[in-house]
Amino acid sequence: MKELKVQPIKDGTVIDHITPGNALKVLKILGLLEKQPDSIISIAMNVVGKRGKKDIVKIENRELDPEEVNKIALIAPNATINIIRNYEVVEKRKVTIPDEIIGIVKCANPNCISNTNEPIQPKFIVKSRNPLKIKCFYCDREPEDISSQII
Amino acid sequence: MNFRGRDVVSIRDFTKEEILHILDVAEEMLPIAQGKKKSDLLHGYIMASLFFEPSTRTRLSFETAMKRLGGEVIGFAIPTTTSIQKGESLADTIRTAESYCDVIVMRHPMEGSARMAAEFAEVPIINGGDGAGHHPTQCLLDLFTIRKEKGSIEGNKIALLGDLKYGRTVHSLAYALALFKVDMVFIAPPELQMPKEVVEECKEMGVKIEMKNNLDELEDIDVLYVTRIQKERFPDPEEYKKVAGSYRVDLKLLEKAKDDLIIMHPLPRVDEIAPEVDRTKHAAYFRQTFNGVPVRMALLALVLGEIE
Ligand SMILES: Nc1ncnc2c1ncn2[C@@H]1O[C@H](COP(=O)(O)OP(=O)(O)OP(=O)(O)O)[C@@H](O)[C@H]1O
Ligand SMILES: [Mg+2]
Ligand SMILES: [Zn+2]
Repeated sequence: MKELKVQPIKDGTVIDHITPGNALKVLKILGLLEKQPDSIISIAMNVVGKRGKKDIVKIENRELDPEEVNKIALIAPNATINIIRNYEVVEKRKVTIPDEIIGIVKCANPNCISNTNEPIQPKFIVKSRNPLKIKCFYCDREPEDISSQII
Repeated sequence: MNFRGRDVVSIRDFTKEEILHILDVAEEMLPIAQGKKKSDLLHGYIMASLFFEPSTRTRLSFETAMKRLGGEVIGFAIPTTTSIQKGESLADTIRTAESYCDVIVMRHPMEGSARMAAEFAEVPIINGGDGAGHHPTQCLLDLFTIRKEKGSIEGNKIALLGDLKYGRTVHSLAYALALFKVDMVFIAPPELQMPKEVVEECKEMGVKIEMKNNLDELEDIDVLYVTRIQKERFPDPEEYKKVAGSYRVDLKLLEKAKDDLIIMHPLPRVDEIAPEVDRTKHAAYFRQTFNGVPVRMALLALVLGEIE
């Protein structure tokens, strides 16, 4: 039997295997509600799946661009993006950490220009994925604890 | 090699070949920098000099460089006379300045400020120091000085002395010297030694690194690069005095040095180098300061596309 922790949708996107507890952060990073305030979104948190606990986000009538969804890779590295058409999963992609991380991690350096009120978003260049190493585009500093710097 | 329109934010933006090309162009600029030859190479160009933080050498030498090449200079040295005082952002200041000029030279207290300015400006940005961040033109003039004084950068053994921990310009210099396969000795009190990442990177680049806590023997050193030990780094003024005293370069220390050792210092100095050293043939720091002019002339001419 199909594992359906959230009620089925006809068309849209299911973001599955989100690190438990991070579903709301995922929504915030994707900015879906800001872009489209009337989006139909349901969230399931801490559901127990085959591989332990996870969060799920389900968005109706929108096929998210997987590239765009890669932004969540930092807080949900195991997430999968499932495109649903006519109740069926027609495409499944794992998120991958993008080459640049914009507006998600804050620079730990208090003297960095990205921590002032200049009209810029914090931006990091990914130096390595495993282990994850990122470097501030502006001041070149590498945060030691990336997770504590997530906005 | 194409430099037209390029930003100069960090020494890491350039390959070894590009660095050598900049030094070669600087060499050609020498007679003009010395005032022996006239030039109007940059006639009709305007350089904006935006100094949000105090500077003597960097600002004056950039302005001299532009004027020696026949260009014009606008700008400020004290931001209190500008709209920055009213809270104008750096981004807006840059967008304003670039509409009045062909190249921007800037110094700003925040790290990454020059990189940000380069994102906003169409005209080339030359970083004259971004807080504790980069100071690529200092690095280039240091390399120029070593090459000019010693005939080449390669083949020297270079000691970096002083505060190696906090000064990121000295980290950039170590990186640049490693590009040229120069073996280095890092001499600093333990609390101010070169960060591990810098040491590791240099080693990965294939150079030999020695680390010392005492300034005792200089026997095999070709270039002694002295940096300032800042009082603020020490909670206890007595501790500062003790440390600073033991890293002072004086005539006695030089007795055991190589005949052709050169001493460099980015200046300003406090008392890291005794004044009597100035009269010895080892003292290269005033010539080093002068070299800021030809090197900055070269960069201006290159990024404005008047020299290939
Ligand atoms: N029509 C639908 N409406 C809502 N959710 C659905 C729909 N179809 C599948 N899903 C959900 O999308 C996710 C992926 O579905 P799939 O059938 O590929 O499951 P799976 O085989 O367990 O995949 P995985 O190995 O990625 O966990 C699951 O969480 C599933 O509950
Ligand atoms: Mg599943
Ligand atoms: Zn930063």
